[in-house]
Amino acid sequence: MIAEIGHFVLVMAFGVALVQAFVPLWALYRGQSYGRFLAKRAAQLQVVLLAVSFAALTYGFLRSDFSLVIVYANSHEAKPWIYKFAGVWGNHEGSMLLWTLILAAYGAFFAQRSLALPDRFATMVLVVQGWLGSAFLAFLLFTSNPFARLLPAPFAGRGLTPILQDPALAAHPPLLYAGYVGFSMSFAFAIAVLTTDQPSRDWAKWMRPWILAAWIFLTLGIALGSFWAYYELGWGGFWFWDPVENASLMPWLSGTALLHSALVAERRDTLKRWTLLLAILTFSLSLAGTFLVRSGVLTSVHAFANDPERGVFILAILALFTGGALALYGRYLPRLSEDRSFAPVSREGLLLANNIFLAAATMTVFIGTIYPLVLDALNLGKISVGAPYFNTVFGPLTLPFIILLPLGPLLTWQAGKLIAPINGLLIAALASLLVVLGLWITQAGVPLIALLLIGGAIWLTLGALADLAQRLRPYGWQILRQPWRLPATAFSAPLAHAGLAIMIIGVIGASMWQSETVVAAKAGETMEVAGRQLRFDGVREVEGPNYQAEQGQISYLSGPHKGKVLLPERRFYQAERGQTTEAAITSDISGHLYAVIGEAVAEKRVLRLWFHPLVALIWIGALLMALGGSFALRARMSKSGQGAA
Amino acid sequence: MMGLKKLTALVLMSLSLTVTAHAIAPGEALSDPQLEARARALSAELRCLVCQNQSIDDSDAELARDLRHLVRDRLQAGETDDEIRTAVVARYGEFVLFRPQFGGHTFLLWMTPLIILFLGGFWAYRLLRNPPSKPIE
Repeated sequence: MIAEIGHFVLVMAFGVALVQAFVPLWALYRGQSYGRFLAKRAAQLQVVLLAVSFAALTYGFLRSDFSLVIVYANSHEAKPWIYKFAGVWGNHEGSMLLWTLILAAYGAFFAQRSLALPDRFATMVLVVQGWLGSAFLAFLLFTSNPFARLLPAPFAGRGLTPILQDPALAAHPPLLYAGYVGFSMSFAFAIAVLTTDQPSRDWAKWMRPWILAAWIFLTLGIALGSFWAYYELGWGGFWFWDPVENASLMPWLSGTALLHSALVAERRDTLKRWTLLLAILTFSLSLAGTFLVRSGVLTSVHAFANDPERGVFILAILALFTGGALALYGRYLPRLSEDRSFAPVSREGLLLANNIFLAAATMTVFIGTIYPLVLDALNLGKISVGAPYFNTVFGPLTLPFIILLPLGPLLTWQAGKLIAPINGLLIAALASLLVVLGLWITQAGVPLIALLLIGGAIWLTLGALADLAQRLRPYGWQILRQPWRLPATAFSAPLAHAGLAIMIIGVIGASMWQSETVVAAKAGETMEVAGRQLRFDGVREVEGPNYQAEQGQISYLSGPHKGKVLLPERRFYQAERGQTTEAAITSDISGHLYAVIGEAVAEKRVLRLWFHPLVALIWIGALLMALGGSFALRARMSKSGQGAA
Repeated sequence: MMGLKKLTALVLMSLSLTVTAHAIAPGEALSDPQLEARARALSAELRCLVCQNQSIDDSDAELARDLRHLVRDRLQAGETDDEIRTAVVARYGEFVLFRPQFGGHTFLLWMTPLIILFLGGFWAYRLLRNPPSKPIE
């Protein structure tokens, strides 16, 4: 019964989305004023209906109602409730319902916060949201109904893939979707700018908080997914250049470019055309990511849907929205006011360079991901493009990017003089060169590009500090007396840029200096890993809520962790007939000791022990980036008290 | 012939659902640390053909283990990295390389970053040299 209500309100939400998509448009066309009111009410109603539908599905999962196909296929009675709950989006249908719910939430939030925006503009944004809502609800209802019944109901479900039963992975999809879907707002803004003839450049100001919000969510979502892979997949890899990871990286890269170009458009009334194009393309990449993941075109852990019909449907949505938006872009572009000119050496100039590099990075990921598919489809051979390719290309692409980056914030707008940043960064340049030289002498065998990237990251960190110092200079002694009264914006870009630098140091450190020990050990045997004395104490059986596990125990015999134990597990999930490796990790300032137990070999037990130096910096860096973004967002939200989001 | 190879690879890929990775087993590593480092670097570039997007260095599949042994045997016999790559490609096809060789069919793959940077530079040059002085009608 509850499921039927969920299905029914889903159909209603589709109807409301259709109204939101077309009726206000008609009102706009006829010059009648009810359009905005109607669009707002429709957006609000839609989120309520979808929330009810989502709640109904959640109820089905929590109660283990196996008469629902997707509950049967993805859940099990014996699962802890948190994973029953997370199971709602641990499958294709439920995750698409979450997608539409988040889309509707953005729309309703915009309807609420956009009171100060001009009528036509705000209405058009909601109309575009209505188009997207209609398309995805149609997709959900016609190809992926989450409320499909299975009668007679089976007694037990098939359970959720064990590696997905993890707290980080419960939160990963909602964050990622909040990022993907968030870019629908900048997309809708771009369409509204193009079609409603915005005379002023204010649209960039209105758009920026939405870009920021989406970008923060996407940053957190990707970082969480990477952290999960690191501790769950059993050997400490943090990024695999898997097609599905790439699908999330592309909108992140182009979203980062958009974030910066919208800043130029807002402050300097230039790069407007490019900003609009990026807004369209960033959301298209989000849709393409959804297509790649949901269609099963790519074999991957993430692709739980292998249904060509769904793939074709999403491909049609992608083609319709990207093609339609680009057509509008071509048609209405001349209406935009002229871009203001600027000198190459200026903050705009450096932000332009930022965008060119980020565009190249986005395209590299795109080409690398689809190249094998295209080549195969054209019968030109079967090749693989994996991590070694991307690592080879991304090093040389990142290096000039981070070398140029610190110059931008230290230059003035429009026309700057290089002398200012050069004076400010002289020490930074010397320090990073010395570090590179020192590493080059001491670390034989490490590729030069890795050392240069470390130098670049140090240069970038010091550059971020110089930027911060410049921003705080006007406040004088207040910095020490009342630091809490300093404006949050002063910290936003420096934090985000330092976060990038710290992440790069983590990536290089963990990739270049990791060490690995694989041994077959008897209980009581001692071993040494990266200078740490350890003893293997043995294995015991442990009982989990819905699994049985072998738990190994490894003790530290020396050093600051002396007396501590590592408890890596191998878990066997009866219901799902699957197994996972739970690594045990101890963390200190230099890195992570990462232990995994393997299979038994006669009396011995295979132990795999890694030392991952500096690896935590990867996620600390990502958190700093997101924090920098949220400082910028907070400042923006309190400043625009008139309600422009 | 190529078609058959392709088909086998696809079938094998779809059969395997192994997600957990285990890398090398005890005793597999070479005693010479420099040779072992080369073995690891090479292994990371070779695809495990029966796995989903894993290198032979990350996989505990039997085929991956055999290939790891092959790589190490040939390294000990004094072959260069390139010779070993060529030998593995001769047996399994180019699909086995995670970093495709540069060539006609991979020209765009390798050149795209440079092409975009070049086009971007050209665009920026035009933009900065001839700033539009009048609104475009």
